Amino acid sequence: MADVSIRNVRKSYGKTEVVHGVSLDIPDGTFVAILGPSGCGKSTVLRMIAGLETITAGEIAIGGQVVNALEPRERGCAMVFQNYALYPHMTVADNIGYALKVAGVAKAERRRRVEEAARTVELTEFLDRRPGQLSGGQRQRVAMARAIVREPKVFLFDEPLSNLDAKLRAAMRLEIRRLHNRLKATSVFVTHDQAEALTLADLVVVMNAGTIEQIASPRDLYRHPASRFVAGFIGSPPMNMMPGVITAGGGVEIAGGGRLAIDLDDFDIEIGRAVDVGMRPEDVILDSRMQDAAATGQPALAFTAELTEELGATRLIYGKSGARDFAIAMPASSPQLPHGQVTRVHAAPARIHLFDQTTGLSLRNVARAQAQ
Amino acid sequence: MGKRVTFGNTFIGIALIVPQLLLVFTFFYWPTGEALYWAFTLEPPFGGGNQWVGWQNFETVFSDPKYYNSVKVSLIFAVGTTTMSISFALLLALFVDRQLPGYRVYRFAYFWPYALAAPAVGLAFRFIFAPQAGFVSAINTYFPGAWNPATNGNDAMLLIMLANAWKMVGYNFIFLLAGLQSMPRALLEAAALDGAGALRRIRDFQLPLLAPTLFFVLVINLTESFVDSFGIVEIVTNGGPANATDLMVFKIYTDGFVGKDYSLAAAQSIILMLLVVALTVVQFRFIERRVQYT
Amino acid sequence: MIERTPILNFVTHAILLSGLVILLLPIFIVLIATTHDLPTVNTVPMPLWPGSHMLENWSAAWTKGDFARALVNSLVVAVGVTVGKITIAALSAFSIVYFRYPGRTVLFWLIFITLMLPLEVRIVPTYAVAADALRPIKALFSLGNIDIGLPEWNLLNSYTGLILPLIATATGTFLYRQFFLTVPEELCESAKMDGAGPLRFFWDILIPLSATNMAALAVIMFVYAWNQFLWPLLVVNKPHMMTATVQLDRIVPGPLFGQPPIWNEAMAATLIVMIPPLIVVIMLQRWFIRGLIQSDK
Repeated sequence: MADVSIRNVRKSYGKTEVVHGVSLDIPDGTFVAILGPSGCGKSTVLRMIAGLETITAGEIAIGGQVVNALEPRERGCAMVFQNYALYPHMTVADNIGYALKVAGVAKAERRRRVEEAARTVELTEFLDRRPGQLSGGQRQRVAMARAIVREPKVFLFDEPLSNLDAKLRAAMRLEIRRLHNRLKATSVFVTHDQAEALTLADLVVVMNAGTIEQIASPRDLYRHPASRFVAGFIGSPPMNMMPGVITAGGGVEIAGGGRLAIDLDDFDIEIGRAVDVGMRPEDVILDSRMQDAAATGQPALAFTAELTEELGATRLIYGKSGARDFAIAMPASSPQLPHGQVTRVHAAPARIHLFDQTTGLSLRNVARAQAQ
Repeated sequence: MGKRVTFGNTFIGIALIVPQLLLVFTFFYWPTGEALYWAFTLEPPFGGGNQWVGWQNFETVFSDPKYYNSVKVSLIFAVGTTTMSISFALLLALFVDRQLPGYRVYRFAYFWPYALAAPAVGLAFRFIFAPQAGFVSAINTYFPGAWNPATNGNDAMLLIMLANAWKMVGYNFIFLLAGLQSMPRALLEAAALDGAGALRRIRDFQLPLLAPTLFFVLVINLTESFVDSFGIVEIVTNGGPANATDLMVFKIYTDGFVGKDYSLAAAQSIILMLLVVALTVVQFRFIERRVQYT
Repeated sequence: MIERTPILNFVTHAILLSGLVILLLPIFIVLIATTHDLPTVNTVPMPLWPGSHMLENWSAAWTKGDFARALVNSLVVAVGVTVGKITIAALSAFSIVYFRYPGRTVLFWLIFITLMLPLEVRIVPTYAVAADALRPIKALFSLGNIDIGLPEWNLLNSYTGLILPLIATATGTFLYRQFFLTVPEELCESAKMDGAGPLRFFWDILIPLSATNMAALAVIMFVYAWNQFLWPLLVVNKPHMMTATVQLDRIVPGPLFGQPPIWNEAMAATLIVMIPPLIVVIMLQRWFIRGLIQSDK
């Protein structure tokens, strides 16, 4: 086992740079998920760790040893591929044991370790089958066993669950996490599925367009997105976003009508600054008593419901605030909101996010936020 | 051309291709180069190095009526054998494609002649059509002198065409059947519902849709009959009677190895080579187009 | 098909059956001819019912044609050419697809273009090369005035001479290349992660994966090599090196079976030459057809 240290790593194909200087420290035994939309460079980073791609600039060290010039086999990583990459002509046992065979491990020892790995992923009775005779989930397990058997320093996962159906995916997710809790090996898991990243990882790295947007625990990532991109990428439905201007007296004036109360001390901002205001659908509060904002003087937005989605425990309501699309999530037990009717909505000041309009970075005062 | 994922060891990579490169150089490019060299030079009668003579060898070739005869009979052979073989194979393929019970047996039974050696096929046909023995010459009892490939050039030509066509039927059948079976069944069923009978469907749908495959086997057959006809001629007619079956390949062989005139043989080789190149280019241009359609 | 009218079905069967008869008849006549004695086989028309001299005709053909020896020669050549072609095609395609060195596209085309240079059009100079297979290399070096002192390597009347010049294969290389390009990239990456180098990956993964294609190619190549005629005819002039097809050239009219032709024995010899590739094709029918269609696409 080992820590992984990535220092200012870049990757170019010809003249196109696809990874623009990524730095990341993964402590020993940590489960890290790299999350991002397709084409953001997350797989490239993983493949550079594995040694399947050359590193254009920067350094990658595994367990303190710089591995830039090492062959994949010399790096002590095992990888689970998106389509599993099982050798179709070999039995499950041979698939699992192939790396050991190449390494020249004696037959008896190989057999023992293959059986042990198979037991770990509950594949013992399938050892003599070929990959073609297995279901998707079983193939996935073979791929896992193939990684486990080598007792690698680092596990690398390249979107390993994306070929499974939704139900199996959730089950395998749990199993991977259980396995990690047992083996405690450093793991890097690349995915574009936020649910996978948030449920599996100790630490989530959000990447966009070849750079890291944020490195945080799943909880912090959700509560304190460091940028407008992260805010929009994490959470479903995505955060409601609208432009506004900071006004005196702890408020933000929303372009196109409406006003929201904020706590100015939470942010590094000055009066009169134009910002992007974000509000998660699940943080929206609607108050039927506030039909007349002018009468109560309470800051709020006008919201017109257009469409309701029942999701079991939750209800999603889509509509418009002014000319903008706006979504609200609320418990299914709360009263229905009639379509077409204007409601006033707001959110707790602590749950309102402000972002710089040009850089997209969060304006929240980090020190104070973490103190909370 | 290659993979995204490759191995870094260039030395091993090159070492792996070297054996084939050596073979290709020694047995393909060097001889081809030598053929070119011989085609433009002449060996003086009293020894010494070859002398550059420009187009002289080609002029010799083209002023020889025997060469024109050879080109003529090659064309007749190629066109005749191709037509016979493809039309027979097409007929069989169209009816096998109806998939009546037992069609699998036919499918196998029709292609095996292609696996036989050309000289063996030639010898078999030579016996069956022999003027003094075999079978076909029975016709001579009723019409004396009607069939004698040993003395009649036309009979000899017909004989080698039949042998070659018989051998090629299997090959053409396989491709035409594959072409027919790759057509969407629904199309023919729709045509049948529109009231088109079996013959009409063949004319209006199957043949037009089969045109690419037909063209493909046509070019292959022509190429093969120009290039691969030596075995049958050598065994059945030996180029005779009176050069009636003196195909281009056979003439190169006799001029080169019997007449020992390398320069003359080389010049003819170059001409035949150009013909093959032209046919292959046609074939590839066509495959490119076919790929776009499918 | 669509209609099941009795008339159309009858016509179909009639045509298919006559096709079968036309294709089988020649072989049937040949077979019958091997069962008659010499006077009967020379009657016109020859009777179409079998005679009683089959055994003696076949054994005479076997001895006169020295087929015990000739068939072994043919087998050695056919197996040698097949194995050689498959090996060399797989190695070249592996090199072209899985390595990235300058000029590999050019090398691929150099191999591929040989498709346009069939043996028949370069037969005279190729024969000349066979007299000393190292001459082209020597000539290449002597261009730079270097004498590397290579010996003379005469291929005439040897298995090497029968096999080596037929081994280079544009079609095979192309087919392997096509197949390798369809192998998922991840398999190679996975093998790399498992610690396999290029040769190990080639041997452990690629070769087993291409077994099906290899089988199809092998059947085609075997039949092709067995049926070679022109090249063995030139390269070999010693009786003990003759291949089966070449023996046919000496049958009618020829030193082996006399003039006028002794047809009954000659036809037995013909069948002896035809049978081996036929057995291969019948047993490996599926592969043969597959290989045929593959190699001409």
